[in-house]
Amino acid sequence: MAKNDSTSKTIRVALTLCIICSVIVSTAAVLLRPAQQANKDLDRKTNILAAAGMLEKGDDVIAKFETIKTRAVDLTTGKFSDSVDLQTYNQRKAAKDPELSIDLGDDDIAKIGRLPKYMIVYVVEGNTGLEKIILPVKGYGLWSTLYGFVALESDLNTVAGLGFYEHAETPGLGGEIDNPSWKAQWIGKKSYDSNQKQALTVIKGKVDTSRPQSVHEIDGLSGATLTSKGVDNLIKFWMGENGFAPFLANLRAGEA
Amino acid sequence: MILSSKMKGILLKPIFNENPIALQILGICSALAVTSSLKVTAVMCISLTVVAAISSMLVSLIRNQIPGSIRIIVQMTIIASVVILVDQVLKAVAYDISKQLSVFVGLIITNCIVMGRAEGFAMKNPPIDSFLDGIGNGLGYSVILLALAFVRELFGSGTLFGFEVFQIVTNGGWYVPNGLLLLPPSAFFLIGLFIWGLRAWKKAQIEAPDFKIAANTSKGEVF
Repeated sequence: MAKNDSTSKTIRVALTLCIICSVIVSTAAVLLRPAQQANKDLDRKTNILAAAGMLEKGDDVIAKFETIKTRAVDLTTGKFSDSVDLQTYNQRKAAKDPELSIDLGDDDIAKIGRLPKYMIVYVVEGNTGLEKIILPVKGYGLWSTLYGFVALESDLNTVAGLGFYEHAETPGLGGEIDNPSWKAQWIGKKSYDSNQKQALTVIKGKVDTSRPQSVHEIDGLSGATLTSKGVDNLIKFWMGENGFAPFLANLRAGEA
Repeated sequence: MILSSKMKGILLKPIFNENPIALQILGICSALAVTSSLKVTAVMCISLTVVAAISSMLVSLIRNQIPGSIRIIVQMTIIASVVILVDQVLKAVAYDISKQLSVFVGLIITNCIVMGRAEGFAMKNPPIDSFLDGIGNGLGYSVILLALAFVRELFGSGTLFGFEVFQIVTNGGWYVPNGLLLLPPSAFFLIGLFIWGLRAWKKAQIEAPDFKIAANTSKGEVF
């Protein structure tokens, strides 16, 4: 038997190695956490501002974000709620917690499984009151869940912007949901029709702008039918009755 | 530092003569997955090279103490620790790219090149040679990945490192991008072509066939 192959040597080597490696790995994780957290935070804020169309090149994201109010919305009542701690509340975790979420059953058109009871929204206020509201959305595309934001103008109907900050769709095909020229056509579209019904939709092919309903329509992405369908579903869901429609109605009536 | 000719050999051989992807056909998974954009690919290549070099060196440092019965798991532990370090550093300094690379940095742990060099070279050679061997193999991997990414990004999205080279139709230009190049299977075709080219240039890499197809036994009617 070689000198290294005794049982005690084997155990000693294994233990020493494990201890050294775990110390190195955990030290690195602890030391780098503040920088990672700052990156994550900056990334999230950048995405929120970009979705609202408020981000210009060279802007100080952190300072600009200070002007935005973070609020929680109770989706069951459609009103603002102060019962969640905005610092610690995590709506992705809440979606997995049976006490903090609702099973959607057959209403789950965006294939998100469970709907968190509270969603964090971002309110942009100017001198004249509400300027924009930024709503979080998510839904399943072709390969992955798309996470993003939709921003609405102060009429709570006109889209001010849309952006996804996390997805794993095929680059160049479904990944074109990140294409600035595709995202630009969302701006100015109307989410609700004259009867306050959800009407915004991603269609297949190009929008015929001569039709009156084209104000609710977005071009589908060529070569990415399923991703387009996913975006269509998530808009229908989040702008619909199970999503933010009751809240937006309340807000419009001044009762949120 | 002047490298001895032996060291130079260790460093440079894996680039074309003993390329880990083209000759040994290792590390294909990430070669397919991350090569649709050059920027992401470059970071992946640097990460893999760093991991291969450091973990080979560490394995080699303690090679005389490693019991044979647990050597593979010892190598894995070292590789995994180095990979986690690289992943953490990327998340702290290059968040955007680490987001795009997502699981693939973590998957360097299972990259056969790293493990193959630890087991095949570092266990038998001194630390500095092993370090160079890791760098060399990382470079060999990088050469192929960067070549793939160059072709895939240029013809798949009309850009290089994110800068527009061909203006594509959706942005008002003339170039219709080739969607196939953005999908992982295209990397298979490109690797195949690369291997063909390399073996046409360096005939020594052509492998002897594993078996010969026997001639038909009956010379008459086959059917």
